[in-house]
Amino acid sequence: MPLKTEESTSGHKPGSIEEHENVIIRFAGDSGDGMQVTGSMFTHNAALLGNDISTLPDFPAEIRAPAGTLPGVSGFQLNFSSFDIKTPGDAPEVLVAMNPAALKVNLGDLTQGGMIVLNSDAFGGNNLKKAGYAVDPREDNSLAGYQVVQVPVSTLTVLAVKPTGIGQKDAARCKNMFALGLMFWVYDRSMESTMRAIREKFGKKPEIAEANILAMQAGYNYADTVEIVPNQIRVSKAVLPRGTYKMIMGNEATALGFIAASKLSGRPLFYGSYPITPASDILHELSRHKDFGVYTFQAEDEIAAIGAVIGAAFGGALGLTGTSGPGIALKSEALGLAVMTELPLVVVNVQRGGPSTGLPTKTEQADLLQAMFGRNGECPLCIVAPCTPGDCFTMAIEAARIALTHMVPVILLSDGYLANGAEPWSIPRVESLPKISVKFATDPATYKPYKRDPETLARPWASPGTPGLEHRIGGIEKEEVTGNVSYDPENHEKMVKVRAEKVARIANDIPPIEVVGDPQGGDILVIGWGSTYGAIDQAVGRVRRRGGRVSAAHLRYLNPFPNNLGDVLSRFEKVLVPEMNMGQLRLLLRDRYLVNAIGLNKIQGQPFKIKEIEKKIEELL
Amino acid sequence: MSDTKNSLSLGDSPLLSPVQASGPAAVLPEPKDSFTYTKQDFTSDQIVRWCPGCGDYSILAQMQKVMPGICARHKIPRENVVFISGIGCSSRFPYYMNTYGFHSIHGRAPTFATGLKTTRPELQVWVMTGDGDGLSIGGNHLIHALRRNIDLKIVLFNNRIYGLTKGQYSPTSELGKKTKSSPVGTVEQPINPLLIALAAEATFVARTLDTDTKHLQEILERTADHKGSAFVEVYQNCNIFNDGAFESFADIAVRKDKTVILEHGKPIVFGKERNRGIRLRGLKAEVVEFTAGAPPADLLVHDESAEDPTLAYLLTHLNEPEFPVPLGVFRSERRETYDELVQKQIKTAMAKPGAGNLQALIASGDTWTVE
Ligand code: SF4
Repeated sequence: MPLKTEESTSGHKPGSIEEHENVIIRFAGDSGDGMQVTGSMFTHNAALLGNDISTLPDFPAEIRAPAGTLPGVSGFQLNFSSFDIKTPGDAPEVLVAMNPAALKVNLGDLTQGGMIVLNSDAFGGNNLKKAGYAVDPREDNSLAGYQVVQVPVSTLTVLAVKPTGIGQKDAARCKNMFALGLMFWVYDRSMESTMRAIREKFGKKPEIAEANILAMQAGYNYADTVEIVPNQIRVSKAVLPRGTYKMIMGNEATALGFIAASKLSGRPLFYGSYPITPASDILHELSRHKDFGVYTFQAEDEIAAIGAVIGAAFGGALGLTGTSGPGIALKSEALGLAVMTELPLVVVNVQRGGPSTGLPTKTEQADLLQAMFGRNGECPLCIVAPCTPGDCFTMAIEAARIALTHMVPVILLSDGYLANGAEPWSIPRVESLPKISVKFATDPATYKPYKRDPETLARPWASPGTPGLEHRIGGIEKEEVTGNVSYDPENHEKMVKVRAEKVARIANDIPPIEVVGDPQGGDILVIGWGSTYGAIDQAVGRVRRRGGRVSAAHLRYLNPFPNNLGDVLSRFEKVLVPEMNMGQLRLLLRDRYLVNAIGLNKIQGQPFKIKEIEKKIEELL
Repeated sequence: MSDTKNSLSLGDSPLLSPVQASGPAAVLPEPKDSFTYTKQDFTSDQIVRWCPGCGDYSILAQMQKVMPGICARHKIPRENVVFISGIGCSSRFPYYMNTYGFHSIHGRAPTFATGLKTTRPELQVWVMTGDGDGLSIGGNHLIHALRRNIDLKIVLFNNRIYGLTKGQYSPTSELGKKTKSSPVGTVEQPINPLLIALAAEATFVARTLDTDTKHLQEILERTADHKGSAFVEVYQNCNIFNDGAFESFADIAVRKDKTVILEHGKPIVFGKERNRGIRLRGLKAEVVEFTAGAPPADLLVHDESAEDPTLAYLLTHLNEPEFPVPLGVFRSERRETYDELVQKQIKTAMAKPGAGNLQALIASGDTWTVE
């Protein structure tokens, strides 16, 4: 069957296509319904068609909660646009619900008047009851005010894939592709790249690939035939800066950043990790790149992971480990050892909701103080935080650069939202990446294990195998210069201060914080860190367009802070700190700069909506 | 034993010919290609701080004594030898060896060693641990290092007590033992370190005694010669908190009667008169007496590299008072090591055309261009 291209208007009269600047869709269904795949495929397709994109996958911690129940609902929200968006959008205008539970969980988020596409096949039998509906929501007026489109997705899918002869179960599983086809028609998308992607995904099972493609085409054609919406909608290409782009997710960008750092520094990469949500994808990605000399070590536990990394760093490698909050808790003692032995390593914390096991698949920023203080003794280290999925690449390189040049452990604070979120990423040229120069001690005549670089206070890196530099390090307090065991009181105080000063001096080696808006000062400065960047930027932009004297600044370096931060804060009447925690950055800012920072705190496992920040700014103006 | 030529890792990297951008030209010591070291070369300038009379002194002295021979035999320069330890009396060991050393955190020494050995296979890496460090807080790491068969030499000082924290019972303390933390006796079954090693399918399992310096030296040398995870239990007297723990069989007056030295390929014979041996009755071992020089034909013959570890398992169960305490190498087999396998995978991947092209990597996948 011939497919329509984006240019063709599928037989409609000209003018039956509306132009929209952006569209926010949420795909929702059972964990087993393949909604993450549907969402990713739509995203990928949109990216290749030149839209700006931002995504928010939202899935349960259970791999397969009982089918049809509320806890089993998995969702994927996608914002695609013809302009620079930065967030997955506050409220979806389209909800694709594959069963009653998905409808129930997501309906509240949908904009008034929005479109609901329902799989009507799933609204019979037990499913309503499992979702907690006493009455069928399609019949009790509760969907009034929405544009409801009912499609017997399951039945039509099975019919569509019949020619391939695949089994009943496999056939039914193609229904997510039917739903994808429906949406492709609504938004007048070419399916070409998605067909390619499906063939690649099911490379070893061509009949399954064909079935998926047939289902998608059937969805598209069904939508066309019955004209499920009066007008198709088109979202033009976004005007992005020149360059070559690809879609990237945060964990993938982190992994690529580390490989780049390994190349740039000439140090072999050793990544030790224990599987944990939502950090495991970094391990998966790195383990595929042994051709870069990448070592990946799946350790027996979190402690072993960081232990091996410290061992590798002792041996001269670029040592990296990744985990989430509970794993950081287990790694704390070893982190203290890395601080004491002053070895370079990077620890990624892909933050999730806490405390304890908390919300493994949901995002949060509540580990900042753990990163700052979560170890015994005075134990400072460097902390950096990427602010978008693509920025994970840049900040992974930064983390490695700081670790290797300042001989210090660095924590990279990512989060679940960055890790699994996607955005278009302008692929950098390798020549444009920072050089990382690493020096090893070799001279027995001048070598002392704790003799420091006068500028950075970094101690020399002397690796086993270097003749004449045989020495011992460990967790007991060191004597300055010699590195011998020392219990001397004066020496201890001196060493505590030197370790702190060494970290403080990293501030001389990082860029100043930039103010977007009025660098000279104004009524409000909204300052954030990590993944709140997009929502803050958009909220501040909206208020500014209405004339509000509000500016934004975003911290990517959290310890030490940029040298100009105090000065920047002092230029504003009010300082607002939106965070997905109870006010951890706010506490640090108040402590350090004695500013009356005001918090906007959301601890729901969900990122900020633009309007939540916007409202708070309006309140303060 | 280690061959920098066919290892990737830092052996091929600039590390071994490091660039020192600034500062005075490096004065490198004479290259030691003959590897003629002395015991003194392995003695550090640090004051040894164990209690006088502690069994640790003997282990340190024997190690320093055998290292020159090990380096010569394996053509390893001293700078390629690393000692890594956890926490406890035994774990102070690295400070006293004039090699590279790392005194890490409690129980975790095998993890640091794993990271180092994986990335630097040309190094000879020793792990020095104790019964508390290796079998209590660090039991998990010990098991996993052994099952991976990473090429580490793990020496566990078993004194059946917590020394550094001043005398609490340890996981190897005998049932009913009265200590500071068990004033009316422990109610815990002790763990047999060798059984743990065998359960993890360690490729080298041995036991020796701090006071039998000759045997200790032999076992340390065998440990160094083994390729793969090597596990040695050393019965070590803590004369402060558990004095005489091994006296009943280690005392020189009774040692020949109360211990048996395992020798590969030889019948298991012991006794001052060498007139007793071990044989099997069904699946049970028993002691047989015979006229010296005329052992019965059915004595058990030790085979440290038997196809399966059943024999080694059986021998680890021999204990006083019914049996002599076996010392020696229980098991030794060659299996490909973790570090060898890792290096192989990386080498294969790096030999592929286009390997290591960073620009190609970051630009891979579906892309689009904005003009
Ligand atoms: S406490 Fe015991 S094991 Fe520790 S040094 Fe003293 S004698 Fe040796």
